[in-house]
Amino acid sequence: MNRLNKLFESKKDNLLSIYFTAGYPELNTTLDIAEALEKAGVDFLEIGFPYSDPVADGPTIQHSSEKALENGMNLNQLFEELIDLRKRVSIPILLMGYVNPMVQYGIERFCKKAAEVGVDGVIVPDLPMYEYENLYSKYFIDNGLSNIFLVTPQTSEERIRKIDSLTNSFIYLLSSSSITGKNLQVSNAIENYYKRIKAMQLKNPAVIGFGISNNEAFTKACEYALGAIVGSAFVKFLANDNYLEKIPEFVKSIRP
Amino acid sequence: MKYGVNEHGYYGDFGGAYIPEMLYPNVEELRQQYVQILNDPGFKAEFEQLLRDYVGRPSPLYPAKRYSEKYGANIFFKREDLNHTGSHKINNAIGQILLARRLGKKRIIAETGAGQHGVATATVCALMGIECVVYMGEVDMERQAPNVSRMKMLGAKVVPATSGSKTLKDATNEAMRDWINNPVDTHYIIGSVVGPYPYPEMVAQFQSIISQETKKQLLEHTGNELPQYVMACVGGGSNAMGMFYHFLDDESVKLIAVEAAGQGVESGHSAATTFLGREGVLHGSRTILMQTDDGQVVEPYSISAGLDYPGIGPQHAHLYKVHRAQYVSITDDEALQAGLLCSQLEGIIPAIETAHALAYLEKMTFKKDDNVVICISGRGDKDLSTYIKYFGY
Repeated sequence: MNRLNKLFESKKDNLLSIYFTAGYPELNTTLDIAEALEKAGVDFLEIGFPYSDPVADGPTIQHSSEKALENGMNLNQLFEELIDLRKRVSIPILLMGYVNPMVQYGIERFCKKAAEVGVDGVIVPDLPMYEYENLYSKYFIDNGLSNIFLVTPQTSEERIRKIDSLTNSFIYLLSSSSITGKNLQVSNAIENYYKRIKAMQLKNPAVIGFGISNNEAFTKACEYALGAIVGSAFVKFLANDNYLEKIPEFVKSIRP
Repeated sequence: MKYGVNEHGYYGDFGGAYIPEMLYPNVEELRQQYVQILNDPGFKAEFEQLLRDYVGRPSPLYPAKRYSEKYGANIFFKREDLNHTGSHKINNAIGQILLARRLGKKRIIAETGAGQHGVATATVCALMGIECVVYMGEVDMERQAPNVSRMKMLGAKVVPATSGSKTLKDATNEAMRDWINNPVDTHYIIGSVVGPYPYPEMVAQFQSIISQETKKQLLEHTGNELPQYVMACVGGGSNAMGMFYHFLDDESVKLIAVEAAGQGVESGHSAATTFLGREGVLHGSRTILMQTDDGQVVEPYSISAGLDYPGIGPQHAHLYKVHRAQYVSITDDEALQAGLLCSQLEGIIPAIETAHALAYLEKMTFKKDDNVVICISGRGDKDLSTYIKYFGY
């Protein structure tokens, strides 16, 4: 049982997770940001490793990825920055990024290294289920890493059940079929989709992400899921001066 | 087919569908339906009729007399440049618009590099009365300005891709983002044999008309449907795959794919993917791509916008790895010279993409009776300003 499972056992509602891109706005701040977010009460984190061609991301995260790469961020640098992760941060940590940097690093090596520094899970939007199941799942499982899958309003029930069987922490429910950074408009269709998922009584809890940028969207998401993930809105916030000091304020604006 | 795709969408080690979940339903819908639709007699009849009456197929297989004299072999040009819209891209665009209509899609998106695929897509959308949005790198919009105007005149909306190198790869990223945001009503007409399965296979099938016709025409010209050599340029690789397709299992036929070396393979300004790339994942498929040690995609360079792409289609990656086809490269200068030579020896101004394939003739030694087919993938009208600037006409 990893930190994620423990968290989901102990806390049943209003979970807040924050995404940020490692290396943005500058190098060597990954743990400072993570620590500040934990202190501000955030329940778990997603740390993005940048990729040159992030097709699932909107302009905000694209920009942060570009900047992070310019700054020299890569997987070696990230694992370097995470060496003291478990001395400074105790909440669950996920790494999130695209598959090609992992392929070049070596997926087995990536999983070992992630486990070594104390990472709990990985989200790789463009790693397909078939390839995960047949080629890579052993590396994740051997290293105690959860692989988190995304589900959209268009994902079939059969596929959701399959995803539920392949993972062991949570299901990442997309608020709509869209790239990151679009503001969520809660419609009847989306509410029905949330209700449909809830009624499926999956073994894994659901956490909602994409388009969660303020308290209203967060509160709405928490009606249907264990919690919600804020990404682009936080990455945008990191462009502020003295962002580390202002993190508690940001977190309060989402979950007072 | 020995070099064909398997049930999981792989050509040997390459292919698959490395896509985020948001694209899964769209791609899965295509995967489930394309084979059935393509094999439907009604579809086939409509496709063939449009290729004949609208595109002007079959395209001629022209015995290039003066080229044959110069290079000491029987050289044939497969004249895709004579197709409506001026390149092979229309074959795939016709196929996919008919497919999109059968899938009930109301809106078409496409990416384009040189603008040939964009023009072909805008054309078929005009033909069918369907809304069309084409993503094109900002840099490409400048160097292929006539094609931008053509697309607009055909009623398409052209959206500049302003991220990264502002070329084909970035236009592809933007088109994929559009598709993620519009999953239900939109069909994405990918222009090359790239992207998640089933795209590489589907596009190859639509383009395979090139080699299908060639075999028949070659038989008429030479008494043998098999040549010694088949040559084509490769960016993503759609004209090459169409030109190779029906020759793949005829192992006696040597297949030569010509990549763009740009300013030279080692110059740091190149698009010679098999020379500079490694295995990885790009635009939804496992293939060979130009990338850093960290797996970041490298921005390629070629004077030819249609070859300025950091990857190759997964089937090409497979043909390369198992040595079924030979992958070579040609620089900007060599290509431009070949474009001039073809203009003055045969009265055909080729697209700069095509000129790369022609340029490789200089590096080959033929036997007198060798039959050689080169795919003239497109015409050079769109490249006149580049030619004029280079040669000072």
